[in-house]
Amino acid sequence: MTTIHIAKTSRWFGNVVAVNDVTMDIRPGVTGLLGPNGAGKSTLIHMMSGFLAPSSGAVTLDERPIWRNAAAYREIGLVPEREGMYDYLTGGEFVLANAELHGLPDPGAAARRALDTVDMTGAADRRISTYSKGMRQRVKMASALVHDPSVLLLDEPFNGMDPRQRMHLMDLLRTMGDEGRTVLFSSHILEEVEQLATHIEVIVAGRHAASGDYRRIRRLMTDRPHRYLVRSSDDRALAAALIADPSTSGIEFDAAERALRVQAVDFGRFTTRLPLLARDNGIRLLTVSPSDESLESVFSYLVSA
Amino acid sequence: MSAIYNPTVARLTYRALLGRRRALILLSLPALLLVIAVAVRALAGVDDRAATEILGGFALASMVPLIGVIAGTGAIAPEIDDGSIVYLLSKPLDRRTIILTKLWVAIGVTVAFTTVPILVAGLILNGNSQQIATAFAVAAGVASIAYSAVFLLLGTVSRNAVVFGLVYALIWEALFGSLVPGARTLSVQQWSLALAERIAADGADITSDVALPTAVIFLAAATVLGTWYAGERLRALTMANDE
Repeated sequence: MTTIHIAKTSRWFGNVVAVNDVTMDIRPGVTGLLGPNGAGKSTLIHMMSGFLAPSSGAVTLDERPIWRNAAAYREIGLVPEREGMYDYLTGGEFVLANAELHGLPDPGAAARRALDTVDMTGAADRRISTYSKGMRQRVKMASALVHDPSVLLLDEPFNGMDPRQRMHLMDLLRTMGDEGRTVLFSSHILEEVEQLATHIEVIVAGRHAASGDYRRIRRLMTDRPHRYLVRSSDDRALAAALIADPSTSGIEFDAAERALRVQAVDFGRFTTRLPLLARDNGIRLLTVSPSDESLESVFSYLVSA
Repeated sequence: MSAIYNPTVARLTYRALLGRRRALILLSLPALLLVIAVAVRALAGVDDRAATEILGGFALASMVPLIGVIAGTGAIAPEIDDGSIVYLLSKPLDRRTIILTKLWVAIGVTVAFTTVPILVAGLILNGNSQQIATAFAVAAGVASIAYSAVFLLLGTVSRNAVVFGLVYALIWEALFGSLVPGARTLSVQQWSLALAERIAADGADITSDVALPTAVIFLAAATVLGTWYAGERLRALTMANDE
């Protein structure tokens, strides 16, 4: 059982702050690191995997620092996001080389076991350059698992995978988590994270925005005020009916757009009430479109919350 | 206490260097040298002066540094470029061991691809008369060690290692050195020439601008410092922020 502690950690590049005063513990089980692209997820993972020194604060494996501590890699398995991986080797040679580099007593057996775990035994004799994206990802997994690490760090592991490969990897990571390993993966897709992670850490613009189980994060995300653009046969009458309903908190009549800008506070109630109100008042709805559904706006709401 | 050699790192490095197109480039220059040697011998007969000029002017001045650039930077720069170096670095392995192993491989490749063809070319040109072939082969061997260390360092610190290496090999060593006398003091080629000068007979007309003791000190210093600093840089290597 190993825990990664991130304590008041910041990392800046020149005058760009990539990670800003983050404190979190990554415990055994599967943790999802969620955030939009460019939020600092990779920077955080690079610090957890010993490839970046924190500019301030400390990143430790249990109580031992990770930066400049090669012994930490006995416990860490890393699946990097980048594709470079000795394409001139076969998958089998690649995993075997990783086993040897770990100094394992029987690297051949360890490599075979790891290849079997990711279901790549059949393709182990083919050169990596001939592999599909999903196969490369699985061989990377095998190389990270070859020394049976207690910590597994994966940077955007599902990128470019087809649904079947994705399910296979999710099953594998779930098993790893159930076995008591500390599994951390990053993603910018909420659905991906909530399918797999029991615990979610949200990073936005370098800051730690939220932390908890996925139900809490999901609620935070759906409970936020939603904005809609609504056009109808009688905007003013509809506005009057909507503001009388507790599901809305504000309505603006946008003369230029000839539309209503509605702020809903109770997402579920608003979506069921809106068509009923329109029908009751004999109003035809022409347009109902959410105006801030992008992931970025969800995240920025989380940061300000 | 760190190991000075790791067989797995060596195997990966050899395969990177000797696989693919690199092996062809590595082979083309020695092949060219042998073609020149055969042609000169056939057309002009045995001529010590021609031997000195070809082995000194082409082999030691151009071929050795070029092969040094390819082997030295090629031993590490591509891995840093495409990110595959993480698979070496994320292991309980002293990073100085990685650098030292890569140095041995780069030296081995450079020595093999320079000393052997130089010796053969020298035998073809004048049958090793006045020890000219031996002198240049030894000089190439020593230069290979220093070049490997210097270019391995370059490959570790710079993303444009090959370009800088070529600029050094072609402009500094070949051109600048002949125009600016001071530049010759800081030239691997001149240091190794000092050794060749000592080995060859006096009539061979091999001269270096650097005295032998100075040359040996400079060669050793460049090799040791280059390797040490490359190790330090690899220990502090951080992943570029891709985001």
